[in-house]
Order: sequence, then structure tokens, then C-alpha cells
Amino acid sequence: MTEDRETTLEVVGRPTARVDGTDKVTGRARFVSDVAVPGMLETRILRSPLPHARIRGIDVSRARAVPGVAAVLTGADLDGLDPYYGVAYKDQPLLAIGRVRYEGEPVAAVAASDAVAAEAALERIEVDYDPLPAVTTLDEALAPGAPLVHERLRPAGHFRDLRALRPVEGTNICHHVRRTRGDGARGLQRAEVVVEDVFTFPAVQHVSLESFVSIARWDGDRLTVWSGTQHPFPVRKELSEIFGVPAHRIRVIAPLIGGAFGQKCYAKYEPLAAALARAAGAPVRVWVSVTDAFRTLTRHPARIHMRTGATRDGRLVARVVRAWLDTGAYADVGPRVAGKVAYLSIGPYRWEHLDVEAFAVYTHRVPAGAFRGYGAPQAEWAGESQLNRLAAELGIDPTELRLRNLLGQGEPYDPTDRPIDGDLPALLRAAARGVGWETPPRPGRGRGVAVGVKDGGGAHSVSASLVRLHADGTATVHVGSVEMGQGPRTVMAQITAETLGLPLEGISVQEPDTDLVPYDQGSSASRSTALAGTAVHRAALDVRRQLLEIARRFFEAPPDVVTLAGGAARAGGRIATYAELIAYHFGTPGGELIGRGEFHSGERDPGAPGPTAFWELGAAAAEVEVDAETGAVRVCAYASATDAGRAINPQLCEAQDQGAAVQGLGHTLFEEVRIEGGQVQNAGLIDYRVPLADDLPPTFTAALHQDGGGPGPFGAKGVGEIGIVMPAPAVAGAVAAATGARVRDLPLTPERVWRALRAADGA
Amino acid sequence: MEAQGASARPVVEISLTVNGRPHTLAVEPRETLLDLLRMRLGLTGAKLSCDVQVCGACTVLVDGLPVSACTYLAYEARGRQVLTIEGLADGEGLHPLQQAFIDHAAFQCGYCTPGMILAAKALLDEIPRPTTDEIKHYLRGNICRCTGYKKILEAVLAAAETMASRHG
Repeated sequence: MTEDRETTLEVVGRPTARVDGTDKVTGRARFVSDVAVPGMLETRILRSPLPHARIRGIDVSRARAVPGVAAVLTGADLDGLDPYYGVAYKDQPLLAIGRVRYEGEPVAAVAASDAVAAEAALERIEVDYDPLPAVTTLDEALAPGAPLVHERLRPAGHFRDLRALRPVEGTNICHHVRRTRGDGARGLQRAEVVVEDVFTFPAVQHVSLESFVSIARWDGDRLTVWSGTQHPFPVRKELSEIFGVPAHRIRVIAPLIGGAFGQKCYAKYEPLAAALARAAGAPVRVWVSVTDAFRTLTRHPARIHMRTGATRDGRLVARVVRAWLDTGAYADVGPRVAGKVAYLSIGPYRWEHLDVEAFAVYTHRVPAGAFRGYGAPQAEWAGESQLNRLAAELGIDPTELRLRNLLGQGEPYDPTDRPIDGDLPALLRAAARGVGWETPPRPGRGRGVAVGVKDGGGAHSVSASLVRLHADGTATVHVGSVEMGQGPRTVMAQITAETLGLPLEGISVQEPDTDLVPYDQGSSASRSTALAGTAVHRAALDVRRQLLEIARRFFEAPPDVVTLAGGAARAGGRIATYAELIAYHFGTPGGELIGRGEFHSGERDPGAPGPTAFWELGAAAAEVEVDAETGAVRVCAYASATDAGRAINPQLCEAQDQGAAVQGLGHTLFEEVRIEGGQVQNAGLIDYRVPLADDLPPTFTAALHQDGGGPGPFGAKGVGEIGIVMPAPAVAGAVAAATGARVRDLPLTPERVWRALRAADGA
Repeated sequence: MEAQGASARPVVEISLTVNGRPHTLAVEPRETLLDLLRMRLGLTGAKLSCDVQVCGACTVLVDGLPVSACTYLAYEARGRQVLTIEGLADGEGLHPLQQAFIDHAAFQCGYCTPGMILAAKALLDEIPRPTTDEIKHYLRGNICRCTGYKKILEAVLAAAETMASRHG
């Protein structure tokens, strides 16, 4: 980024308050749970108490008789639909059909005039279950002769990267991925030092404060769905396939969403809401409790066996990885997460030999799917922890060991993929400085570091946008990016303002609505600013080109003397507002200029190898204190550094990083969905502990780097996920530095740390 | 929406004041203050989240003190003054806490924000110049899953300063 460009930007990169700010602090903001459709019925879902059972029969007669009940649905009432959904495999029925596969699976649903009536009806449904043997752990699911969670698999065919699914016939493995470079086993033999560990990562829950909400209304053969979804267009496709209704008769609207973090990727409760609305002949709202969100989706728990070899002077040589991800009863995006775990377990280092393999495994547990970081937190918990252990065994400072091996800007992560597009060594140095790495910690304290890398943006995706410059010179941006807190409405307005020379107040961003915005793949994988933002930028540039052309005619001036700023064109001392130019162009004070922009992954120039759109890069350092008596870990200082490429809105980029870091401290220190015998033990916020205000480390900094290497507008990248990757290995590294105790299982509960302390003392 | 199923259930008449306005309503004994605010009065600023008095998204002030409206019965609010986020601004003039939350980007999705701001107001009414630790401790009952809290703490400190200088 040149100084020159820096000084010419008016809106991009400058402090800009969120466009939804006033609404959000006054209670005027309309979230999906605030949408009230006239005549809307409330619903309740009956869930399976067993992890695996045959349904012998369901008696709903007493439920149907409850006053106010409009519909009771079971898996036997789904005739005429293709009742299965799923982004990798169409394996998940919208209500259990003949068999339940996890505790908490929806078995029946009621729509009634109010929640009290719906609950009364739910209590009167009788289900006759025939319990079946369940596989509720990875070991059980992988054992020879284990009962199969699914006997047949039907690939969904939704996405290019999910067309090549590789299940292992006759097992519960629904996908596996292996990547090699050189010879992993031989590489380890040649290495002078090899560390070998088995790491585990727990199931964790997103805990969006607004849980799943979907409202469905049929108007004849047209379906409208309001939903807290990150993927309005993929949801429309899923509904189209389930109900046999073409896309143009389905409208999916995504109002403001109260947090998502991946939980609201792809179809969740929209199909059930639509089926209930159809059965009831009235609009319905499915609003799942925060407690039942724990019976809807978690992050993939993982077990990762990793060996890393190096020379004595600290040169990394080889890494061999076998990772198993528990994807629960339904695959969701499990196969894609497994691919990500395999790829990211490599780490951003120079290797001669690699052999990494990951498996997605079905079990009779709550499904696991997308969650911020998408496999990176699991893979790099293992990979970065091994770097920390290796540093200790080699007697090399853990930052120094990384600096000797890290990929620099422009070096390939994989020969077939986009090279690293930012300065990882600089990020690492900045993070380390943030906790005072250059001076030793106080006695009793220890420090740890980690770097983070994630192939951002999603492998194959499409976004389109329209920018409309109205007759009065104000503009509306049409784009499908969903506002779940990350700020796309603000950022898209900034990009448009910058490109068109308009004040921010003169721009509105349309709420995502599949009838009103062009196609967008979805708001996930940190892709909105960089990729959907590219579509917006191009649409705005299209309007700009039209404006310049009109201005040239209006001024009868050559194009290079016309400038656009402040809502007006200028040439040789003359000035015309955009409104005047539009009136001139159309010969009447009406009409509008429409700009069109598109981004799709396939467009990238042939010289740019591989599917990665951009690299999310970060580093973090932590300083901890460990109570030797109890094993309690206190994070005294935490510093992170992230490459935003180019921050369109620095305050929001920083906010993403801070939020991700604290969410990561949650799974580092205490978050875990405990599932025993297939039963979720701690659903809901009384028993599941998320970070609170006083968990914020006393010293907590997030440094934003802008290396300009992003593919997005003005050099932007996505920054939404990387901050959640580093906390676990950085904090565990600090615990080991402080005490000598190495913990390989998350979260770092006092009991686990205490046991590790005892083991370290004994050793 | 007058529910068909609800028509047979007993009700009791109560009077209360919400954001300075008196209301007299027939409520069910089981009805929560949150349902009354959101469904009867259309005040949707207070949010339903955990439903078990842990997360603070439904926080409103009753006679100046923060309560979780998700578990506080409407009946308990009889004769009391209720303040919701909709009643905090003075017309179009934002309360210093609201302005500070905007200035410091102290929210992302914004779902916890009404409860967070009202809890912070109760804090500042009690302790006008709190320390960071006092804010952290006081806001333990309000979960934010987006921000990581740092910008919230900065916003509350800034609002405290603004308010102190105004009263100065």
C-alpha cells in the first residue's frame, strides 16, 4: 500500500461508526426473533431421549386434541417431500423417520396458537422406542463390526469441493482426506528429534445469544422464510429440493442475527418450519431454545495423533498426522472440516516430508458442523502445541524456532496453492512483544506463543451485487452478506462510498432477501468483506464508469479531467451533482444508474494456483500464572496480531480479533459440551460456561497489521476467524513454560492441569 | 394476538409504569415480564436468550435495579417502574452509555446490547466512577459472545467520564 493511496482514501481505513449503531443501542434493531408475521403460530419440538432407537410408533392423537393446536407432525407425515437435507450428504431428515440417531434429534413438532398450548401438546405425544446399540465415541464408531449410523449415503452435490466424497465402505467413516509430500515416515526416521503426541479437542457450542429462529409462511405455492441464517441462497436451494418448489417461488430473508459463529450455516430449522406452516395452513415460527441449540450443532470434537521431526539445530523436517473428527449423527459440513484439518495440520512452515490424513466419523451424537475457524482450531491446537514442545526439547526459544521455519510472504504453503500473502514473522514478533517477550516473566509465570493460519474465503464461491444510484444522488447496495455482528452493512457502505465519492449517510444496504439481492454463496469462511465486497466494489465501479461517461458528455470534457467526490462531478471548475447528471442523462429528473458486480472463484488468473482465496494469518502470545495447589490457570496477559490485508474498517477488524480471542480462551480454559453415553450433560448456560467480563485478561491487546496482500477491495482480507485459533496452543505453551506440565486435552481445566503438574513432578 | 389456547386460562389485573407510561393489563400468573414487554407492549429491545437468568440479554431495570425479565413474573412488577432500552434515550438524544457504545464499537451482533447497557446504567447509578475491575465484576451477569468485552469496558469507562463531567 503506497502512501499516496493512503492519503487519497476518504472513507476506507478511517474511523467509521457502524451504520447499525443507533438501532442497536436503542432497541430499534429488528432481529429475526423480533419479526412478527400476522397470524404466526408458535411451535415446540419433541426430541429423542435416546442416542439410537427404532421408532415403533408415535401416538399424537391426544396432542392434536389440545385446544389451540393447529398441526402435529412426525416423520410419518412427510409424504410428498424429499425430507432429507444436508450440504455434504442428504442424510438428515427434518424429523426422524423410523429411527433416531442421537439424543436430542427432533422426533415430532407441534404448531399452536401460543407456546403454552404447544408445550401442553408436546407432553401428550407418546413415542414407542425400541433402543438399539449406539456408538457414542470415536472408538466405538471405529471398532470393527460397529453398528453403522447410516447404511446408505446420498451425496448432496451442492458444492464443487464436496463432490469428491470418500467414505470408507462398511464403516462409519463418511469422508477421509490424505495429503503427502516427500515421504513422511522416512522423513521422521531421518529427523534427529521427533515429538509424538495425541491431542484431543472437545465438542464446544457456539452459544449465539439469539438461538435458531425460522419463520415460514406459504402464500399458495409461494414460500417465504425469515431466518437467522448465514446462507440465504443455499437455504433456498435446500427448500427448493425438499418441497419441489422452484427457486423463484421461494424467498429467504435474513434480518439482523444475534450471533452465529458458523452455527447458522446452511439449512437448520428452515425445512421444519416450512413443513409445519404447510401442515398448519398458517405462518409458524420455530424458535429453538439456547439449551436445545446444544442438541443441534457443536464444533467437531477431534483426536489428533501427530509426530513432528526436526534437526537438532531446529530445522523442521517432517510431520505425520492422523486426525479423527466426530461429526455426530449427520455429516453436516464434517467432510469439509476434515479436509481443512488435514490441510491446516501442516502449518505455515517449510517441510520436506508430510503425510497428513483426516477422517470424518459418524457417531450417535449431536451433529458437528461449522464453527468459526472450521477445523483450524483443532488442527493447530495440535500443530502449534508440538512446535512448543519441540522448542522445549531442543532448548530453543519457541518464537525463534518458528522464525527459523516460518513461510515468508510469497512462499508456497502447498505447491498447488496460493502463496502466503502476509508477513507471519512480523505478526509473531508483534504478538511476542505484546506480552514483553524480551524480558523474562515474573517468577511463577510462563509465556507461550502460537501462530495461526487459515485458508480463508471458502474454496469455491460466488457473490454478485447491484449498486443503484438513485435520481437524488443517493445509493442502495444490494448484496447478500448477512449482518450477524461482523459488520458487512457498514463495510459494504464504506466500499461504495469510497468508490462513488458519496457520504456514508447517502448509502443504504439492502437487507439480505433472495428476492431482492443477487446471488451470494453465504456469510461464512471470513469471505464477506474480501469476496462479496469485491462484487460490491465492482458494482460501484460500474456505476462510477457510467457517471464519468455521463459527466464527460455533460461537461463536453475529456474523461481524464472529470473527478467524482462529495456526490458531484467536477471538470475544469464546473460542477454537477449526481442528481443533475442523472436528470441530464435520462432527460427527466427520474431514473437511476445500475451497476453490476460479480466475484467467483473460477475467475482467478491462471497464474494463481490453488483454491485458497486469501490466507488468514495471525499470531498470539500469552502469559499465565498457575496455582500449583489447584491447577487453576490465570491468563495474565494476551496479545494477538492479525493481518487484515487492508482494513476497510480498522475498529471492526480489531473487534473481530478481540472477540475471536476471547471465544478461543473459552475452549482453552473451560468450554466443553460433555456427552456421556450419547447424552448431553451440560446443555444450556447454567451448566455450560462461556467467558464472562471478568475472564478478560488484565492485559489484552490486538494489533492489526495491514500487509496489503488481500484479494479484496483495496487489498482487504477476511479477519473473522483467525483469532480463535491461537489461544489454546499459546496458553498451553505458557502453562508448560511456567510449570513443565504439558496438557494435550482441552479445555485446560484445573483438574487436568493439576494432574499434569503431578505427572511433571513425578517425572 | 389473542391466543385461542390462552382464553381459558386465569388472569389477574396489574398496573405498572413502563418507560414513564402507566399501563393496566390482565396478565396470566405465569406470564413473564419479558413476554409482557415484548408481546403485549411491542417493546422488543429486551431479548430472550438463555431463559434461565444467566445471560442478561433480557435485563431491564425495575425501580432502578437490574432484573432478568425472562424469569421475573409480570405480576411482580405491579405498581413498579420499569425502564427498558427504548426508554433510555432522551428523545433523539442518546444516553451517554448509548453514545459510548457506538463510539467504542462495544457491540457486534447487538443482541446483548440492550441488557448490557441497562446493567451498566445500574452500575453507574450506584458507582458513578467505577474501576475496570468493578465494571468486570458488575457485568458478570451479562454475556456477550461477540466482543470479548474489552470494548464494552472501554465504553462504560468513557460513559462514566462523560456523565461525571456533565454533573461536574
